[in-house]
Amino acid sequence: MNALRRTTLKAAGAAFLLASGLLHPLRALAATWNKAAFASKTPADALKSIGASSPLESKDILIEAPQIAENGLVVPIEITSNVPNTKSLAVIVEKNPFPLVAQFEFMEGALPFLKINVKMGESSWVRVVAEAGGKHYTAAEEIKVTIGGCGG
Amino acid sequence: MRRRSRHAALWLTAAFALAGAHAVAQDAKKEIQKYQSMITEGSPVELFELEGEVLWKKKQGPKTASLEQCDLGQGPGVLKGAYAQLPRYFKDADRVMDLETRLLHCMMTLQGRSRDEATKRVFGNEDRLSEMESLSAYIAAQSRGVAMAPGASHDKERGVFELGKRLFFHRAGAWDFSCASCHSEEGKRIRMQDLPILNTPAAARPVVATWPAYRVSNSQFKTMQWRINDCYRQMRMPEPVFGSEASVALNLFLTVTGQGEIYRGPGTKR
Amino acid sequence: MSGPMKIRATAKDGVADIRVLMSHPMETGQRKDADGKVIPPHFIQNVTVKLNGRTVAEGQISQAVSRNPVFSFRAKGGKPGDKVEISWLDTKGETNKAETVIA
Repeated sequence: MNALRRTTLKAAGAAFLLASGLLHPLRALAATWNKAAFASKTPADALKSIGASSPLESKDILIEAPQIAENGLVVPIEITSNVPNTKSLAVIVEKNPFPLVAQFEFMEGALPFLKINVKMGESSWVRVVAEAGGKHYTAAEEIKVTIGGCGG
Repeated sequence: MRRRSRHAALWLTAAFALAGAHAVAQDAKKEIQKYQSMITEGSPVELFELEGEVLWKKKQGPKTASLEQCDLGQGPGVLKGAYAQLPRYFKDADRVMDLETRLLHCMMTLQGRSRDEATKRVFGNEDRLSEMESLSAYIAAQSRGVAMAPGASHDKERGVFELGKRLFFHRAGAWDFSCASCHSEEGKRIRMQDLPILNTPAAARPVVATWPAYRVSNSQFKTMQWRINDCYRQMRMPEPVFGSEASVALNLFLTVTGQGEIYRGPGTKR
Repeated sequence: MSGPMKIRATAKDGVADIRVLMSHPMETGQRKDADGKVIPPHFIQNVTVKLNGRTVAEGQISQAVSRNPVFSFRAKGGKPGDKVEISWLDTKGETNKAETVIA
């Protein structure tokens, strides 16, 4: 069972307690969010923290994104995983101070598909990790971030 | 190698290098266009339209009235296509007005609000849009799919257009800039931003079809009054008063130059 | 004190296309205000997507997701009339949710 699922199951219990007012919101949060993973400072640590230390390069993960972003505050990324039985998708912006940006789990017929807008501190490779059948697969795209024009 | 063929080789290399450089520039342009269309497609702008709708219907001011009877040029309360037909001349105010000056007029006449109060916070920030910005988002959205057709036939409209045109080319301020300094010549750029030639229809049309707009670089929703104000600031000139004759004149000049373009709704820009 | 939130959901060939717009500062904790003081972090951490009452997607996100987040999801089996509900939870314990019916 991966770290995300473990914390998610804990979260279900915490969420119930939270909803019923029995648990202080901040304590519930600690249970529902993989703090260690999001605190990783390198891409390698981020991968390790989601249990994906040596993901296999895969052409079946499609990343649709512009190669140039006019501004790093909003970089649009569309991800489709054609790896059969993909259960989760993680997004890592390698040069960000904290590379792990998001991790989504899909169940009950949801397709392993995600459109998300991320912040990029500078030009960087954007890596997607898909988990399927207990294994991890990965693909990456390089996105250049330009400095805006008039500053207006 | 003989001299003639060495020259030929050099010319060929130069030609390929230029073609290569051109190809790279074209690729960059294509990727930037992809960026622009993807941020537009995944834009939160509709949320600001919803906020604007709430404000349009909200009873405010000493008269405890909403803006729902405001006449934006198509009749009281008629919003469909109204933004696309602004700026225009309004008989009741005897002047040419753009959306924001017209909204101010309605805030004062329908809601009984003072100019001071209604313009206290015309430009918002990333945490909270101003009333003008929210209302602009909502009203502009009601012109989606409508061809831009600002007022251009009334005497006053023609006069204000001419004023706008003169202002566009008027050089002043510490840097001796005019709008034309940046926006009237082919190939001008600031860093990676292509500067549109705003006094020609071809370049002005896509611009007028995508304002007001959400700026992702600062997460703020900005209107034409802001855009003109900020251009003056960037030219190191005094910023125009909100809704001033000068700002409306420039807005009319730009919109008339870009007329005919199908309005795409509030835009999303870097 | 949550801003507006909106879902647009359509279905085609047995696949629901779900787009959600959220208003949230997604403050990283790296920015300073006009007085030079650091603006504390404040961002959505959890996103839950439900189709007809069943959770179909669960996300954990960081402060590096853009302000006013917009997400798109796809779900098999979604058809017009089905109910979509999306909720979020942030670092302050604040929540918001929106629901819609697939068009």
